[in-house]
Amino acid sequence: MNYSVIIPYLLEGTVTALRLFALTLLLAVPLGLIVARLRAAKSPFINLPIRFYLLLMRGTPLLLQLIFFMYFPPFVLDISIDRFMAAIIAFSLNYGAYFAEIFRGGIDSIPQGQAEAAKVLGFSPWQTFSRITLPQVIKRVIPASANECMTLVKDTALAQTIGVFELFRAAQNTTSREVSIIPIIIAGAFYLIMNSVVAAIFSRAEKKLSYYKG
Amino acid sequence: MKSENYQTEIAEQQTVLEVSELRKAFGELSVLENINFTVKHGEVVAIIGPSGSGKSTLLRLINQLEQVDGGNITVCGQILCANDANSNAIYSNQEILRQIRLKIGLVFQNFNLFPHFNIERNLTEAPTVVLGQTKEEVAAHARQLLSKLGLADKAKAYPWQLSGGQQQRAAIARALALNPEILFFDEPTSALDPELTGEVLKVIRSLAEENMTMVVVTHEMAFARELADRIIFMDQGLIIENGTPDEVFSSDNARTRNFLRRYHE
Repeated sequence: MNYSVIIPYLLEGTVTALRLFALTLLLAVPLGLIVARLRAAKSPFINLPIRFYLLLMRGTPLLLQLIFFMYFPPFVLDISIDRFMAAIIAFSLNYGAYFAEIFRGGIDSIPQGQAEAAKVLGFSPWQTFSRITLPQVIKRVIPASANECMTLVKDTALAQTIGVFELFRAAQNTTSREVSIIPIIIAGAFYLIMNSVVAAIFSRAEKKLSYYKG
Repeated sequence: MKSENYQTEIAEQQTVLEVSELRKAFGELSVLENINFTVKHGEVVAIIGPSGSGKSTLLRLINQLEQVDGGNITVCGQILCANDANSNAIYSNQEILRQIRLKIGLVFQNFNLFPHFNIERNLTEAPTVVLGQTKEEVAAHARQLLSKLGLADKAKAYPWQLSGGQQQRAAIARALALNPEILFFDEPTSALDPELTGEVLKVIRSLAEENMTMVVVTHEMAFARELADRIIFMDQGLIIENGTPDEVFSSDNARTRNFLRRYHE
């Protein structure tokens, strides 16, 4: 086996996996925050569609969603879509739903008195959210968000089912070509390294926010 | 000398808070009915009464934390809400509501300090963000307030590092940082251990000496009797008594006597 060929090939797949990961987070986190806020809306015209979205995204396989977004735009809407783009849309909508529920739990866990104190002090609703509620929510959602992020690193492997060349696809290709499971083991090590970094970042953030309690 | 006294008297005549025909219900349950009272500048009013008598709701209505059903509330001459022809409260516009909010301070039973800010920032955040004051003037005022309330060495501490009594004093300082015209206390010592209530009551007493207008919902009868200019006794959503401590404590009203007797035992 020629490692000087295999390793760069797997690294190429790793770069795609990292791009999927980063772009998904970039879109899913703000989406989750917006959805969490809308989910709390009193009007059923906002509330109900949001609940339906949350059910749909969390109630069907991510694999199915990937395939849906790969084939729905070109064949039904007649819009051509790049595989990578389809994967980003599916991942973002799916993870946005999970993040929304994590954030909603975090927002609900902040005592009502915090917002009341802010209101009495004259803070606007936006100032209350951005300066009082959100910073406290971030601290509370770190453990659950770390879970989501580590799962996302691994879930990027699913993108290969719609033909995105990423780490897992690269490993599989190499395994069948070389008739060896070593490339799969190397890919496993790569995933592990990526997730060690994710875990380290979150535990650092947790430590940084441990200066206060409550 | 005389003119100075005269000035003070004039100031004392000014009505800071005027509440009339106020009512509030939560669904079917009526919690306040036909509430009428005024608070004049420099007055200390204690509101007493059994749990569920509507004391806290009254404070929350005036502080815009609950929606008034009917009645009129005026703060420093500005109308918070007023009855229409059908006795339904109509609120003033958002800008007036905001201005009124800044004239009123509220100290909560559970302090509600912001845990992610240190004590100094708890005091300075609202004046800088809401009033747009400069960091320097805000910081100077905060330091002055903290040393006045005996918390000068706690400026950089976080709320969780303080005792309950210190937290409540910090919460009072936070409310004072906006220079309110009137300060409300919602059972300020009820969440404190008995040995810590004294330090909070001492602060309220010193504010009274400075002529701060205050409305205090409290279960501390001795404190109410000693400090308040006027005591309002509420029961089942109604004001039963509104008079000087001597008047209220010597009242013939059966409900009042019954309530006060339990505290004397």
